[in-house]
Amino acid sequence: MSDAPKLDAIDRALIVATQGGLPLAARPYRLVGEQVGVSAEEVMARLRAMLDAGIIRRIGAVPNHYAIGWTANGMTVWDVADERVDELGGRVGSLDFVTHCYRRPRALPDWPYNLFAMVHGNSRDEVRDQAARIAALLGDASRGGDILFSTRILKKTGLRIQVAAD
Amino acid sequence: MPELDAVDRKIIDNLQGDFPLCDEPYAVAARQLGISGEELLERLRRLLDTRVLTRFGPLVHIERMGGAFVLAALQVPDGRYDEVADLVNALPEVAHNYRREHALNMWFVLATEAQDGIAAAIARIEEATGLPVHAFPKEREYFVEMKLAARA
Repeated sequence: MSDAPKLDAIDRALIVATQGGLPLAARPYRLVGEQVGVSAEEVMARLRAMLDAGIIRRIGAVPNHYAIGWTANGMTVWDVADERVDELGGRVGSLDFVTHCYRRPRALPDWPYNLFAMVHGNSRDEVRDQAARIAALLGDASRGGDILFSTRILKKTGLRIQVAAD
Repeated sequence: MPELDAVDRKIIDNLQGDFPLCDEPYAVAARQLGISGEELLERLRRLLDTRVLTRFGPLVHIERMGGAFVLAALQVPDGRYDEVADLVNALPEVAHNYRREHALNMWFVLATEAQDGIAAAIARIEEATGLPVHAFPKEREYFVEMKLAARA
């Protein structure tokens, strides 16, 4: 992406140093700075700049949904008329039980779905009810949908960038 | 599932973003929760050890770094499921991977720092597994918000 902000070697080193987690110590930014070779003030200023630029979405706790009670997770997928998908996608995304909502390409003939909304609940029935609310919102703009329940987390490490760039 | 008390839930619900950027951020965050910095650190260690939290720190938006993030799926024959899961998970580009109930029964996210890294990762998975990878690159993001309150 040509419009991506430029990250220098120190920004990259900060991401590599913190992507597994911030140190669990009273002064974490100082420790990160010692590791990277800059002051705690510079660590904080650069993290702030990366937050402002959207390179870092947020800093904080990343919960395991299952462990905090969201035991049912369904990827709901919908075949929505192309001319209405952008308007409706925004409305589906604003529902409080939807954590991600994207438009993706169809893979015809086997995969007619172009709108993906990830839904979380504490039971499959709750997820089915939520999917029904999405279906009602989409109305006749949707030609069909499906719920793909997850049955097992096979891997969840999150993003890991490599130490060596270029 | 690990037991969570009211303070654990408060930590999970209130610390999913806006962690302070200051010299002693745990102490500052703890004060807002009505506990000491030491207690917050102890609880975070336990929540991480018991896998209630998968991580505590910055969450990077890879596309804003110039990288790419693509959802992909495989149709894995039943008898090969664990073997294929190991092959797919072995790639560092695979950020997460879920078994789902559908003919396409393995759904994973590839995250790479360079745009062309996705095609290379897909080629490696196809070569290792002998199965075609179905890629579903995002065309538009309507909403991404990982914040969910603790219900346990």
